[in-house]
Amino acid sequence: MTAAIKPENASQGRPYAVVGARHGKPDSLDALAGLAKYTDDIALPRMLHAKILRSPHAHARILSIDTSAAEALEGVYAVVVGEEMPTRYGVIPWTPDEQALAADKVRYVGDAVAAVAAISEDVALAACKRIVVAYEVLEPLTTPEAALANPQNKIHESNKHGNITKQVQLAFGDVDGQLAAADLVIEGHYEFHGSTHGALEPHCSLAHVDGRGLLTVWSATQVPHYLHRELAKVLEIPTHKIRVIQPAVGGGFGGKSEPFDLEFVAAKLAMKTGRPVKCLYTREEVFLAHRGRHPFDMHYRTGFTKDGKILAVDGKSVLDGGAYSSFGLVTTYYSGQLLGSPYVFGSYRFDSTRVYTNKPACGPKRGHGSVQPRFAIEVQLDKAARALKIDPIELRRRNFIGENTKTINEFHIGSNGFLECLALVETASDWKAKHAKLPRGRGLGVAGSTYISGTNYCIYPTDLPQSGVQICLDRSGRVRVFAGTSDIGQGSSTMLAVVAAEELGVHLDDVRVVAADSDLCPVDLGSYSSRVTLMAGNACLNAARDLAGKVRQAVAKKWGCEKRDVILADRRAQRLDDPGVWLDITEAFILAEIEFGTMGSTGSYQTPREDVHGEYRGGTIGASPAYSFTAHIAEVSVDEETGEVRVENIWCAHDCGRALSPVLVEGQIEGSVYMGFGETIMEHHHVMPSGLKTDGQRRDTGPGKEGLLAHSSLLDYRMPTTLDTPDLHAGIVEKPDPRGPFGAKEAGEGPLHSVVPAICNAIFDACGVRVDALPVTPAKILAGLRAQRTGGV
Amino acid sequence: MSSSDLNAPAPVLVNLQLNGEATSVAVPPHWTLLELLRYGLGQTGTKQGCDKGDCGTCTVRIDGEPQLACLTLAVDVRDRSVETIEGLGTGGEPHPLQEAFARLGAAQCGFCTPGMLMSATAYVDDLTLQDNPQVKRDDIAAALAGNLCRCTGYTKILDAVEEVAHSVLNRQRELAESTAEDE
Repeated sequence: MTAAIKPENASQGRPYAVVGARHGKPDSLDALAGLAKYTDDIALPRMLHAKILRSPHAHARILSIDTSAAEALEGVYAVVVGEEMPTRYGVIPWTPDEQALAADKVRYVGDAVAAVAAISEDVALAACKRIVVAYEVLEPLTTPEAALANPQNKIHESNKHGNITKQVQLAFGDVDGQLAAADLVIEGHYEFHGSTHGALEPHCSLAHVDGRGLLTVWSATQVPHYLHRELAKVLEIPTHKIRVIQPAVGGGFGGKSEPFDLEFVAAKLAMKTGRPVKCLYTREEVFLAHRGRHPFDMHYRTGFTKDGKILAVDGKSVLDGGAYSSFGLVTTYYSGQLLGSPYVFGSYRFDSTRVYTNKPACGPKRGHGSVQPRFAIEVQLDKAARALKIDPIELRRRNFIGENTKTINEFHIGSNGFLECLALVETASDWKAKHAKLPRGRGLGVAGSTYISGTNYCIYPTDLPQSGVQICLDRSGRVRVFAGTSDIGQGSSTMLAVVAAEELGVHLDDVRVVAADSDLCPVDLGSYSSRVTLMAGNACLNAARDLAGKVRQAVAKKWGCEKRDVILADRRAQRLDDPGVWLDITEAFILAEIEFGTMGSTGSYQTPREDVHGEYRGGTIGASPAYSFTAHIAEVSVDEETGEVRVENIWCAHDCGRALSPVLVEGQIEGSVYMGFGETIMEHHHVMPSGLKTDGQRRDTGPGKEGLLAHSSLLDYRMPTTLDTPDLHAGIVEKPDPRGPFGAKEAGEGPLHSVVPAICNAIFDACGVRVDALPVTPAKILAGLRAQRTGGV
Repeated sequence: MSSSDLNAPAPVLVNLQLNGEATSVAVPPHWTLLELLRYGLGQTGTKQGCDKGDCGTCTVRIDGEPQLACLTLAVDVRDRSVETIEGLGTGGEPHPLQEAFARLGAAQCGFCTPGMLMSATAYVDDLTLQDNPQVKRDDIAAALAGNLCRCTGYTKILDAVEEVAHSVLNRQRELAESTAEDE
């Protein structure tokens, strides 16, 4: 069954009242009752509906756009085209290569060209069909090979180096010397395919301009602050004239972590019409908006000593970026920078190149940029373990980097529970009895990984705090927390409530969190890079501690004791040395308000300013205040007649520092493992390749198919159902990190990484077939089995 | 609101029982039940995930059976009984499944949850009508297989439904035993 797994020496007692308790999300009953308002659930009087006209071509120049017939249609209120919003933007300020609506060129099938606001979606769609766009069709480049081989056919004319969006080459130590000195060199070629987030709520945005000229935008975003900045830039109005509100969001996973065309379109059309305008994506538009996992083509060489120590890692990757930069600058760095632990590398070199192609843009999907290289290195380790006849878990232990140390690329590692993670999954899966011992057709595989808890530096250069939280106490005993944080279902609002409740001695239900409204809340940068618990949690802790100190001081004054003799817990102010002396927390809050006036405080979080990054160009990217660690073991069965792989069990142990809410941490682990399983076995964000080969010859793809999505529905894009999903066993390892609130590190992304190589290593254990090119398909298994029989590789 | 479309066909009247209440609403003849609920009645608890029958997010119960509101024409529910999430307990007194989902962390983003709960209540209700009901995790998984969830990996959802199914059957057995004793 799917019971959670626990370390044998897990402590029974908890030092905290709320932190670590097995609570759910206090706000979830709202969603469970169907009352939570997602963006599309909001309707305003006089509201119009917008639809976006999208390009049918993968690569074409726009010669002209005639909107007159659309504007003449009854029920149409306004049409907008690209030249009305010419400012280029991008979530990474160094690579602004997007326009709200394409003005000069379209770069993938689905690129936005024009938009209509009308009385209904039906009328808006009818009007879109009346817009006449004249295109000069250009040769589409739908593979990195084609894009690199045709640098003169630039997808972005202003790009410096053909179709290369970013190249990163970094080297640490003597890689060539160490490879030459190695007892064993494993060389492998790996392909990681594209996949997408699949949040069940489609993107939606609603905009309204009030009588004062204030533009309010409600949007299904996970980065309200970046949306706020980019709206101001593209619409050319100051940020103080814009209010961004993030209502309940139905899942993000990285797919809502930058501005999208519909947000600019709804805002611009609301400004043009003076009426509220809503724009809701269809499911197909969600697939087109994408920003999902980059396909990677990777070549790795890894040198080992005969006892399994890693002497050298040499990795070369080509990233298929799609039509725009998105977060790609960061992705390109992450593709190498996040590989430096949990193992010691004697020397390390990586060379990563991100390429524009005429496809939906890739971006950050859960485990941004580091899931792909993690797959390669963990399969490399498995191959080495086999060659050296060392148990794969033992091989990983021998290379453990340790705690309070630095990686070869100079990142500071604080707490590190990787060995405990390995031990937990080893025991829970009965590894020693099963690995390499099960009958043919069944097998186990292991893999490990690490991830960041936020990044030390903001996306845009600033010395401002990365997170701010304001807390107010009121006379009813209630605590109100105001934070710019973006709860996309992961429970960031619960996390804030836990921290505030713990410090202020109230119950979880006594804390109201108001989040992600730029008029009401201090800035937080948003839900990406697993930053929120560590950063907003620390900001919340600072504000709550300040208030708790004042409450204790006011109570101490009444009791004639020292502040340190007063504790706040379980809705009481309690005399530490005399359990008989206590006050209701409401009375304590009132005493404090009498003593200090209205009870409010703010807290901020900024990353530590020293010892936080490598001293080289790019050494800031991937540097984090604290790193999480994960180990996975997968158990699979392989049907050798059909090639079908059935993943039976996945055990995952994750070191999150401290589990503020264990139920939610387990939920993050289970959700991550599920998502990683899905992309290994079932999912593929696939775009029909172009007919152009690197030699300039045409391939027979069929006319008109180039650049089309091979799937535009949740039927064709196969996300696992209850019947597909293996039994998931989540285990929490707690190695508190001094930089996290109560020691907490991230839990939302790390537990995805090593599930992919764990499954592939298990397939090898089961049947001796290596699938180094993802996704795993029956055809690849059968081909591997055939090669086995014929003695091929 | 599409009901004010120009050149749109004349609306038709649909009478139905919605969460036990007699309800009349005029809708364009091409509208789906999902549009009737969300646009015609402002009942936004039922969510739209794909609008083409793939994700199960819009699941409601029509005459007790879990059905997809996005694939059901509004006119097809004339004189029928429709149950949605809005009829399933209230914040003050949640349905046992809602309580278990909340306590066990079975709802993360909550977007699939209304539809998931409609399939889950249908499973539990159906169980109570069987002669010799057995709670099997595989059966629960099969009953929920039409409802995609992208957050949870389903583990805690299955846990919650399993727990409630057991407690409902236990209560039913206790009731039957006490009735038998009374007789």
